[in-house]
Formats: sequence, structure tokens, C-alpha cells
Amino acid sequence: MNEMLEYGFMQRALLAALLVGTLCSTISFFVVLKRLSFLGAGISHTSLGGIALGLITGVDPVISGSVFAVGTAMSTGYISRIGKISEDTVIGIYYASGMALGIALISSFKGYYPELFALLFGNILSVSTHDLIFMALAMVIITAFVVIFFRELVMICFDEEMAEAGGLPVVVIYMGLLAAMGLTVMVSIQLAGVVLVAALIVIPGATAYRLSKNYRAMLFLSIVFGLVGSFGGLFISYYYPVPPGAAIVLVLALIFALAMAVRPLFENARQNKLE
Amino acid sequence: MKEVIKADQVQVELGGTEVLEGITFSVLSGELTGIIGPNGAGKTTLLRTVLGLVPIRKGQLEVFGVPVARLKEVRPRIGYMPQRQSFERRFPLSAADVVGGGLLTSETLLRRVSAKDEKIKTALHFVAMESYHNRPFQDLSGGEQQRILLARSLVRQPELLLLDEPNAGLDFPAQQSFTELIQSLKKEKSLTVLLVSHDLMSIASAADKLVCINRTMHIHGHPTDVLNSASLDEAYRCQFDLISTLDKGGSHS
Repeated sequence: MNEMLEYGFMQRALLAALLVGTLCSTISFFVVLKRLSFLGAGISHTSLGGIALGLITGVDPVISGSVFAVGTAMSTGYISRIGKISEDTVIGIYYASGMALGIALISSFKGYYPELFALLFGNILSVSTHDLIFMALAMVIITAFVVIFFRELVMICFDEEMAEAGGLPVVVIYMGLLAAMGLTVMVSIQLAGVVLVAALIVIPGATAYRLSKNYRAMLFLSIVFGLVGSFGGLFISYYYPVPPGAAIVLVLALIFALAMAVRPLFENARQNKLE
Repeated sequence: MKEVIKADQVQVELGGTEVLEGITFSVLSGELTGIIGPNGAGKTTLLRTVLGLVPIRKGQLEVFGVPVARLKEVRPRIGYMPQRQSFERRFPLSAADVVGGGLLTSETLLRRVSAKDEKIKTALHFVAMESYHNRPFQDLSGGEQQRILLARSLVRQPELLLLDEPNAGLDFPAQQSFTELIQSLKKEKSLTVLLVSHDLMSIASAADKLVCINRTMHIHGHPTDVLNSASLDEAYRCQFDLISTLDKGGSHS
């Protein structure tokens, strides 16, 4: 453990795991409650187009990917509302189109782009100080948004129509949530890659949802599971030849499976207590 | 009695399609008015129009004497209970959390809700569910959930209550109990109620007035007159013999 902390790249990786683990599991809480899981996968795959475009034009691919990710998330919400098209149909179109753009641009590359493979499959061990600053900035913005509008976000997730009838600016707050989701996905791509990142914003919340009957407990458990997954996966990848992104997702999946297995025990204990 | 809702030749379009036309009716203070009509008649759209969630294309619609375009001014005086499909039944909230959600408005953004706990307790008392305060919403039966949702629509102590299919999905005893609760609240709180329902018999026995629509206005008036009218058959495109049934089992006075 001490040996692990001696390396600068591991210190940065642990800090990235803390930031991304907390951020993803906070957003995961809303993703699960608002049933936006497919949107997470759609955003990450669409951002491949933005990443490839950034590499070709010399723009930081994290920035160009972020613009694509946030744009995809917000326009999905907008088009589905204005055009009366279901969100999953819009996501299905973006998903394939973004990937197609990415593949078309990548196939035209001349030369070798190591950043591309890091972003496709994730490599938390290559996180730079610059990346950490970007992650911390995203964390501050998203946390501020969630803290300020937490009550309203929960109510919009529960019953959007009632929230709208009460006069809440539902569309503005919902668009804010989608933008936060897009930014979270892009920040997390450095951890798990385009292919696996959706798991980080779905599994912690989904696991917590199985075990909670109270949204405060669900949010707390989601963050705990997200951090256990991030740190657990990082430790496994340090000691065994497994890529960190894959290890993190596998740990999260294992926690979900355990939660599914122990849930009946929780239910029985609760029932006995009530009786 | 004052006019709480006044609709005059209201026309509504959704996505370029006309869904309501020539809707004219009024709701007086303290009345329970039922909106009836077949599936797809535009009942929910009419309720959403009264709430200002759907814009009107033509005609005039006033709530508490204010044009619906400026509904924000009178919104705190209106309570709303949407259809049951609008929310997730397994959502991890307590009964008190659900009721407290009714206190969140544009005015409470970035502000604390004053006397929140007291208001939630009072609303739960209105629907005789005080002891359910901390119970998980997902553990409640359909009828209990409906009462909690009704408490949410009452938490701001509105004068006008809009209910969309509140009895849908409930068994007969739960439907009866819920209808009785609405009637007693109407009396005790002097509430004006506008209620959408599929269940003609239940609404006819509870309402002071019925409004029958099927995209256009068919008839409105006293339940007996509406149920006895050929316009009802026309709206539903079938023949009813509801009056004899109502006389045998109904309790409208």
C-alpha cells in the first residue's frame, strides 16, 4: 500500500478515483430515479465523434468530447420534448451517428494517437495534473448545481407533471441535470473509457436503489458503492494485470450482484422488525 | 356564488392537431364539477389547460377571474393531483416527502419553505393519514398512495382542487372511500373541485355538475340532466340507461 502511494501516477489516479467515483455515483442517483441509463451509454458513445474531431483539429479531445457529450445530453432532452419523439429513439440515433463520425474520422488518421486509446478504453493511471484540474472543476460545478436544486431535482424525478403544475421551472432544471450528466460522462471517460463509462453512472445508483426505501439513504449508499468500486478496481489493477477501467466496472457489478443476493435478507429482517 | 373557472369557446391544439374546440362551461365556488367523456375526448388536456400547462389557441379561459396566461398570480390557490401513471410507484420517498413536494414552487426556489413540517402534518390530517408520516410511499396500498397524493395537492391549502382520474386503478371499496373523502373535504374546506373521471356512475352521484366533452363541447349541467341527454349518447357514440341505475343505487342529492 505504501509502495503504491510512492508513485506520482498512483497518487493522481487515487485522487481521480475519489473525484470521479463521487461525481458518477451522485449523478447515478438521478440517472436511476429518472430512468436515464440508456442516455448515459448514448452520451459516451456519441462523444467518440467529438474526441476524434478534437484529435484531428488539434483541440484538446477532452474539451471537444465534453462539448459533444453535453450537447448530446441537452439536445436529446430538447428534441424529445419539442419533437414528441421518445428519448430512447433520439439516443439511438445519436449513439450510432456519433460512433459513425468517430470511426470515419479515426480511419482517416495518419499517425498514432495514444490519447485515443486511453479515451476509448480508459486509463486512470495516465491522468495528468491538467486532467485532475478539469475533474475538480467539473466536480465543483456539478456539486453546486445538485446542492442548490436537490429538492427540485428529486421532485422532478418523482413526478415531473406535478412539479410543472406547481410552477417549478422543470425544463430548465432538467436540462441542467442532462448537462451535468454529459459533463460527468466526459470526465469519467478517462477512468473507464467510452466503452465502459455508462456502468459508472448506472451501477452505483441501481445498487443503492435495490437496498433503500429512502432517497437520502439511496444517495449515501450510491456514493459509498461508487467509491468502493473506484478504489477497489484501482487496487486490483495495481496488483493484477487487469486494466483499471474494466476492474472498476467488474467490482461495481460484483457489488450489484451481492446487493441482489442480500436484499431478501434485508427485507426479511425489516418485516420481522415490523411484526 | 362566484365563478372560479370560466371557459368560453376554448380551442386547444397539440402538435398542430386540434384536440379541443368550442369548450364552454363555468365552475362556481364550492361546486364539485365532473368532466366526463370517452377515451381520447381531451379530458386530461382540458384539466391541463385550466392549470396553464397547455396553451389555448382561441377563446377565453379564466381562473379566479384571471386569464389563464397569467395563472402564475393565482397558482397558490390551485391544488392538482395528476393521474397515477405520472409517477414511479417504487420511488424511495416517505409519505411526508411526497406531501412536502407539493410545497415546492417557483417561489420556493433557493429559499426555505416556511413551517414545512406543520403544513405536511396538517395535510396528512386532512386525509386521515397522520400516522403514515414516515412510512415509505412504496409500501402503501394503491388507496393509501392516493390519499397521500391528495394530501400533497392540499398541502398549500388551495381553494380549487383539480383531480385527474383519482379513482383509476383502485378497487371498489377504495374508490368509494376516496370519493367520500373528496366530498367531505369539499364541505369542510369549502373547496371547489374539478374532477376528471371515466366512472360515470361514481362521478354522477358525487358531482353537483357534469361537463361532457368529446373534443368538442357536448353538454354541461346537473348530473341528471346530462345523463338523461341524447348528447351523452352522442359523445360516447352508444346508448346509456344510467338514470334508472342512478335512481336505484345513486346517492346524489
